[in-house]
Amino acid sequence: MAIDPAAFTPGTEFSEGPITAAPSDAARADVVGIGPYRLALRRLRRNRVALAFGGLFLLVVVLCLLAPVYSHDIAHIGPNDGRPNGTVTVGGKVEQVLSVNGVPIGPSWHSRYFLGADNDGRDVAVRLLYGGRNSLQVGLVAALITLVLAAAVGLAAGYFRGITDGLLSRAMDVIWSYPAVLLGVALGTSLALGGLDLGLFQVSGNSLWVPTVIIGVVYIPYVAKPLRGQVLGLREREFVDAARAQGMGSIRILLSEILPNVASTIIVFVPLIIANAILLEAALSYLGAGIQPPNPSWGNMIADGIHQLPGAIHDTLVPGIMLVLAVLGINVFGDGVRDALDPRATVRIEH
Amino acid sequence: MARFIVRRLLAMVAVLFAISVFTFFIFQVIPNGDPALRLAGRTATPENIATVRHYWGFDKPIYVQYVKTMGHIFDGSIVSYTQQLNVEDQIRADLPPTLSLSIGAGIIWLFFGIVFGMVSAIKAGRFTDRALTVLSMVGVSTPVFFLGAVMSYYLGYKAGIFPPANYVPLTTDPWGWFTHLIMPWFALSVLFIGIYARVLRNNFLDTMNEDFVRTARAKGLSERQVLVRHVLRNSLIPIISLWGLDFAAVIGGGAILTESVFNLQGVGQYAASSIGNLDVPPVLVITMFGAFFVVLLGGVVDVLYALLNPRIRLEG
Repeated sequence: MAIDPAAFTPGTEFSEGPITAAPSDAARADVVGIGPYRLALRRLRRNRVALAFGGLFLLVVVLCLLAPVYSHDIAHIGPNDGRPNGTVTVGGKVEQVLSVNGVPIGPSWHSRYFLGADNDGRDVAVRLLYGGRNSLQVGLVAALITLVLAAAVGLAAGYFRGITDGLLSRAMDVIWSYPAVLLGVALGTSLALGGLDLGLFQVSGNSLWVPTVIIGVVYIPYVAKPLRGQVLGLREREFVDAARAQGMGSIRILLSEILPNVASTIIVFVPLIIANAILLEAALSYLGAGIQPPNPSWGNMIADGIHQLPGAIHDTLVPGIMLVLAVLGINVFGDGVRDALDPRATVRIEH
Repeated sequence: MARFIVRRLLAMVAVLFAISVFTFFIFQVIPNGDPALRLAGRTATPENIATVRHYWGFDKPIYVQYVKTMGHIFDGSIVSYTQQLNVEDQIRADLPPTLSLSIGAGIIWLFFGIVFGMVSAIKAGRFTDRALTVLSMVGVSTPVFFLGAVMSYYLGYKAGIFPPANYVPLTTDPWGWFTHLIMPWFALSVLFIGIYARVLRNNFLDTMNEDFVRTARAKGLSERQVLVRHVLRNSLIPIISLWGLDFAAVIGGGAILTESVFNLQGVGQYAASSIGNLDVPPVLVITMFGAFFVVLLGGVVDVLYALLNPRIRLEG
């Protein structure tokens, strides 16, 4: 079967420069191979949709980082300042922030109360940006905790096998079978009441660390299990034998030989875990076990909004839509990253 | 096979034991979690508190308390601290809403997940596929309580199409049961439909490239027969295992958010309110109950997997 050389356009996905039908040894030296990561970056760059949604997520992040600027220079109100008896001028008319029967004003589309007020007369737009900072911070830090711990657990369990693997895998089973939301709510509620005193350091009940650590721990098995599987296979490969024969210690083999080989799997998990962490934070806050009021977060803003339904639907819609946009952005971007790094889609997160 | 099942059962017991210990101790280490103080009421004298503490056995070492509590769970005589009602009776009373919700939603998300995933794969790359992909991404990115609240506001309160919330028992009013559950079913299903459609789409596309599909075409089967009998059947295997695990998680308290936002008074909502009151016995029983389902169905799924796909061997 003859292959039409014209089918290969110069510079295919896998190489740079023209490919001749039968390159001589000299010509072959000119064909420069591309590393897997540059290849992936190239695939990702071609995926316009993924990039656009990644941009959407970045936009949300930047907006939330600018919260103090917005609060100070545009809305002139802090995130926790309630002015239930205040007034706001909308289209030349002076209106009450809270109506006589306590229903907050809807979006004014002006600098003050741009997206309306909540039931305490606080500015929803300001709280939205500050809440976003909390939600995103919890999501990002929790994802970092998950990835670091999951990488450690997955590598150790897969590499050392035996009793280490047995203990770590059973611990993963316990976390995995523990209903995630229930676990989060149980820990969140109990810690939110009195904080935690571990002697060396203290965590107060309304600290952001409480939901962050809980969310970080909940997702460890989803990443550690597939990593362990990969490491079990990798440790039998020749390059690991070679490293061992050179006298490298276990830690060094893990870090310099095995970790680089599972790095792409870890990278694929990053956006997925961030998205799920933000969602779980919202769920915990909705149940009162996440970020504690008056600290705003998208989750507890939605919860506040839901509790005053059927009045003032904007208090539910505004934080809800913002949350969906942020999570959608990172989810679609993450999908693009996975397609680029792992085209056969072996890595998945199931919940 | 028998060895596998025995090992699975042993692992299950170990996991359940660890979960019960863990749950029990979480509530012991928290600072103002002393149940005697709350049981004795606001105006209790120190003697009252001491009596309560002694009566409930809170003055015993923690492992004694643990063993006694577990004993009560197994002989079905465990009572909650706050209302002093039998926990297992309470769960039995809360099961109908939870089961109605999870079974209905399980059927809905499996059906729509398969349909959307299959359509997406057959139309891969075309407009339908892209539209469905976007929809499932939105579904995966939307928190169920937000979706539920918006649904019950617009479809229930504003448009009046569905009754907004609460649970109506099947036995008293079957039609009311159905109409009250439509919104919770779909709200809970959206996330899973998104996940399943995407998983099935990828499996379906992978399977289409297999040799046996070419063989099926070559022996003259119609396209429909090829797609349904050969491709779909083979790409369904991972979906079935996924479904088992998700279904178990939903029964065992995973529907806590849906139950709360629609006020269905199910097991999940019971767990939420018990946690709020730091009421250990119900939380302990519900988490064990949920974990039991997850571990059990996890084992069943592994066995099913091996039966459906003979290439997989169960390691003894």
